[in-house]
Amino acid sequence: MVYEKRLDGRKFDELRPIEARAGIIKRADGSGYFRIGKSSAYAAVYGPRELYPRFLQNPTKGVLRCHYNMMPFSSVGGRVRPGGSRRSKEISMVTNKALLSVMELDDFTNAVIDVFIELDQTDAGTRCAGISAASIALADAGIVMKDLVSAVAIGVVDNSVVADLNYDEEAYDKGDVADIPFAVIPSTGKISLLQMDGIITKEQLNEAMELAQKKCGEINRIQRAALKDKFKAGENHAE
Amino acid sequence: MAKLLVKERQVVVPGEELAEGMEYLPGFGAYRMDDHVRAKRLGIVNISGRAIKIIPLSGRYNPKTDDAIIGKVIDITLNGWRIDTNSAYTSLLSLKDGTTEYVQKGADLTRYYKIGDYVAVTIVNVTSQKLIDVSAKGPGLGKLSEGRIVRVNASKVPRIIGKGGSMISLIKEATNCRIMVGQNGIIWISGEPKKESIAAQAIGLIEEKAHLSGLTDEISRFLKEKVK
Repeated sequence: MVYEKRLDGRKFDELRPIEARAGIIKRADGSGYFRIGKSSAYAAVYGPRELYPRFLQNPTKGVLRCHYNMMPFSSVGGRVRPGGSRRSKEISMVTNKALLSVMELDDFTNAVIDVFIELDQTDAGTRCAGISAASIALADAGIVMKDLVSAVAIGVVDNSVVADLNYDEEAYDKGDVADIPFAVIPSTGKISLLQMDGIITKEQLNEAMELAQKKCGEINRIQRAALKDKFKAGENHAE
Repeated sequence: MAKLLVKERQVVVPGEELAEGMEYLPGFGAYRMDDHVRAKRLGIVNISGRAIKIIPLSGRYNPKTDDAIIGKVIDITLNGWRIDTNSAYTSLLSLKDGTTEYVQKGADLTRYYKIGDYVAVTIVNVTSQKLIDVSAKGPGLGKLSEGRIVRVNASKVPRIIGKGGSMISLIKEATNCRIMVGQNGIIWISGEPKKESIAAQAIGLIEEKAHLSGLTDEISRFLKEKVK
């Protein structure tokens, strides 16, 4: 069996429809929204602000703290247990590391920048949606960063390399599936997140990495447009 | 060969290419990577000669020496008051900088500033570890009684003050209020209650439209309409 047509009819390298916005949470210092297909993520940034408990403070540079959470009603399958889990803790950690590589925190000694990522609806690719939303939120909060991090999952379903798997593809049972979430820093092409699930050949991995670069470029353009859109409103009044 | 990729006053986002080639230099909020000058924060482009800098559109207040700010007393210590600066760091107002009066040993410091009071201060010193000393000595500084406090984003403060204070004096004249704008985005307004409210509305309007041009005219129209 070969995977010839994708379950939802997309092309092999086609992303699901994306919607991105900036500045949607009023009381946060910065916020972003990123939806890809049926996975949607809200990110809110607070800070730089004082960090307590005090032993977490770093006197030489600021601390970035990410918090990933799937809301209890968000899953396509069963109900998600509210609160943290082994999985959410891991994703919070990899999100943190994916974002940290673009940030300049030297000026925020002893302080913290908090990023809260909440997913209200999930259909695979949530850590990628979360990272993309968090990048928008951090930029919106006016935090110094070298680039916006863009993330997407590339996978292999029954020997075909596909972009942005949904849950049905991840759970495909008529052949091997590999799922690799990528986070890319578009200006340098460096990869700041790469995790892998499943079985893949070397050639396919290379192919997947190339596709990830291309697709993250696309996502980056959407993120930039979202941030600029925030300042479009009322521009007609300008003289 | 050197090519400018953005226009003056354009909104740019982190990572965006501003210029190509070695001709242009990265200023505040920009950095060079290989061949390109790129933005490192969200803001508006300002080109002066060969330097490209970014005027931030958002972000919390970052304390700087000599800034006049409005802070809130949050704690009283043995030798002064702890003042919230609306940034990631709190500051210390020491006894000798807090008041010109002689303070007897063991005196009740709430006589001068209580917890919750707003104080206009200047930043005397900021260390690399962001320990901040402030002083309430100077013209216009000290405790702010009466009036009201309005909070705006600190990056909008230059726009609220305007070139040479033009915008803020426009509001002061129209509403007949005393206004003090702290660099940290806390603004104190004192006057007739109704006019205080108009001044606050005008400031809100500036904050909302800070990235647009032609703002002074719009505000002067707004004030004329409201104050009859």
